[in-house]
Amino acid sequence: QTLALEKQYVGFATLPNQVHRKSVKKGFDFTLMVAGESGMGKSTLVNSLFLTDLYKDRKLLNAEERINQTVEIIKHTVDIEEKGVKLKLTIVDTPGFGDAVNNNECWKPITDYIDQQFEQYFRDESGLNRKNIQDNRVHCCLYFIPPFGHGLRPVDVEFMKALHEKVNVVPLIAKADCLTPNEIKKLKDRVREEIERFGIKVYQFPECDSDEDEEFKQLDKELKECCPLAVIGSNTVVEARGQRVRGRLYPWGIVEVENQSHCDFVKLRNMLIRSHMHDLKDVTCDVHYENYRAQCIQDMTSKLTQDNRMESPIPILPLSTPDVETDRLIKMKDEEVNCYVIMGNITYTG
Amino acid sequence: MEEVKPSAVEDKAAAEEAVEERVAQEKTEDSTAQNKETEEREVDVEREMEGEVEVVTPCPTESHGLQGTIKGHDLFGYVGIEAVLDQMRRKTMKAGFEFNIMVVGQSGLGKSTLVNTLFKSKVSRKSCSPNYEEKISKTVKLQSVSHVIEEKGVKMKLTVIDTPGFGDQINNENCWEPIVSYVNEQYERYLKEELYVNRKPRIPDTRVHCCVYFLPATGHWLRPIDVEFMKRLGKIVSIVPIIAKADTLTMEERQEFKQRIRQDLNANGIRVYPQTEYDEDPEDRILNDKIRENIPFAVVGTDKEHQVNGNKVLGRKTKWGIIEVENVAHCEFTNLRDLLIRSHLQDLKDVTHNIHYETFRVRRLNESNLTLQPPVSTVYCS
Repeated sequence: QTLALEKQYVGFATLPNQVHRKSVKKGFDFTLMVAGESGMGKSTLVNSLFLTDLYKDRKLLNAEERINQTVEIIKHTVDIEEKGVKLKLTIVDTPGFGDAVNNNECWKPITDYIDQQFEQYFRDESGLNRKNIQDNRVHCCLYFIPPFGHGLRPVDVEFMKALHEKVNVVPLIAKADCLTPNEIKKLKDRVREEIERFGIKVYQFPECDSDEDEEFKQLDKELKECCPLAVIGSNTVVEARGQRVRGRLYPWGIVEVENQSHCDFVKLRNMLIRSHMHDLKDVTCDVHYENYRAQCIQDMTSKLTQDNRMESPIPILPLSTPDVETDRLIKMKDEEVNCYVIMGNITYTG
Repeated sequence: MEEVKPSAVEDKAAAEEAVEERVAQEKTEDSTAQNKETEEREVDVEREMEGEVEVVTPCPTESHGLQGTIKGHDLFGYVGIEAVLDQMRRKTMKAGFEFNIMVVGQSGLGKSTLVNTLFKSKVSRKSCSPNYEEKISKTVKLQSVSHVIEEKGVKMKLTVIDTPGFGDQINNENCWEPIVSYVNEQYERYLKEELYVNRKPRIPDTRVHCCVYFLPATGHWLRPIDVEFMKRLGKIVSIVPIIAKADTLTMEERQEFKQRIRQDLNANGIRVYPQTEYDEDPEDRILNDKIRENIPFAVVGTDKEHQVNGNKVLGRKTKWGIIEVENVAHCEFTNLRDLLIRSHLQDLKDVTHNIHYETFRVRRLNESNLTLQPPVSTVYCS
């Protein structure tokens, strides 16, 4: 009887397992950007998240050196392996952001960097050899809001608005151990209200599928209500309640980074790595990158109509008879754009 | 010929000096050698009197332990010199005194809370405005609030000058200028009063005696804006930098941060209070050196009380413990309070009056070629 049942199945239910096996072999990559003023604990948090010490030999600049500092982009790449699964993690750091006296447009190097990665991917994707395309696009940007203020400052608003249509912006409240539980709640409410008021499009967690179990739905709901997440990081291990934990030792008590009643670190880690990493990548590919690409093509085609000479990152067929060929090209590109708009609704696996 | 009485001085500090001088003069008449130590002790006693509870009057029969002093019990009878101190104390208490403190720092660093905690009253702008909104203002506008607070019969007119908007914008270039202007304006005002023919018996003193600068607890170094501000203001007012909201630094991080800040201050030639040049004597120097080794103070402020071991303490309650504001093992709030109020309040005023104000005055008088050499019609008695 079992044999008869088996004969009825086509057998593609094993697809998820096949994908899983292939992914494990291939490994994943993820690019995370951290942005915020100096001293917000960005490096410490990254180390805590990925249990690494990426910033071991870092030298802090003093005030004199920082007077003339411009915003830099620095990449650290590390390969992490856990239970046979490999993750190539790239951290994009933005030292100098917001540190100067005059911070006008201090986000420009950052938006330029993100655009450059998009442009490179666009070129590679349109190229002839697409076997080993390197995906350096930024999948998520953690923005550190200081806990000292009463809400968002002008620089916070401007930064997030400059980036919210290019990358997934996840705002965090940094160094949350200087706030009491009430203060955290007040600040979160304030920040949420201001994010809405200023029209900042931060990363939205996708809705739960109706067939998910209740526990997952509950966790998801809690996560959404907690945003922006108030985090604390630590590079040191301390002894607390008979265990060795990552924490910070004060004369008045011990802050445990992984204690959910102390801060939202665990929620952030779960969200970033365990539940939403894939979605962050998907949104980057399907929304931010596509927006960039569509805009790029539109710019190019509008330039084409204006003058027949232009530089383009994608191959354009040589024009024999200017007007006819131009029209055909435009029509072709238009179709392409429309095609993607339709295809955007299909989800790809793998 | 009009004679202006030499003892008609407006500022209480000057009055004290005058009294001191007279006391000292009387002493030289009595003793063959100047006893500087006695003077110092008197100065200390005066300082104590201004903000402290007990007044210790020196015992007339106490031995000074130095040659050349005629001790109390050697005098034929009791002169009653110490009574002068009593008179002065009574006068001080009746007149009260003024103290003007300015707080500078970005929005949200706890300036209002700290000021309220320091003076144990609701004296900040936040507590006094009916429609106070925690909004970031677009320009730096200085606002001052005055209160008269009284303790054990001593009245103090406290003025808190707030600087909302400082350092909050994206472009903070020259955000220190309104503050520099304000400080100089107060000196100008005082100078004008001083130059009048008919001067008030007490010139109202609106000069900034102390500027508390709030550094965010980043743990790294001074930021460019901190350097720019303190460089400029350090020349015209006494700056006391503090690390605000210091409950986010562990003890180690705190020490390292302080060290780096002190290095930065030195490297940039910034002089903060207490300035080494103004130490009056070795004793002062020792005391002030101890303070200098410890600045900037890492403070935490609050107006909420909690129960700890059966006592009510001022503190911040978190899930991992209660940060006691007045516990020296937790933060340096008491050190700051002692510096500003209990030990160096008068010194802050003196430094402002004798050094910062005088510097300003000399510069102004040279600029405008004004001299105190009177024209023919009025004559000042020298």
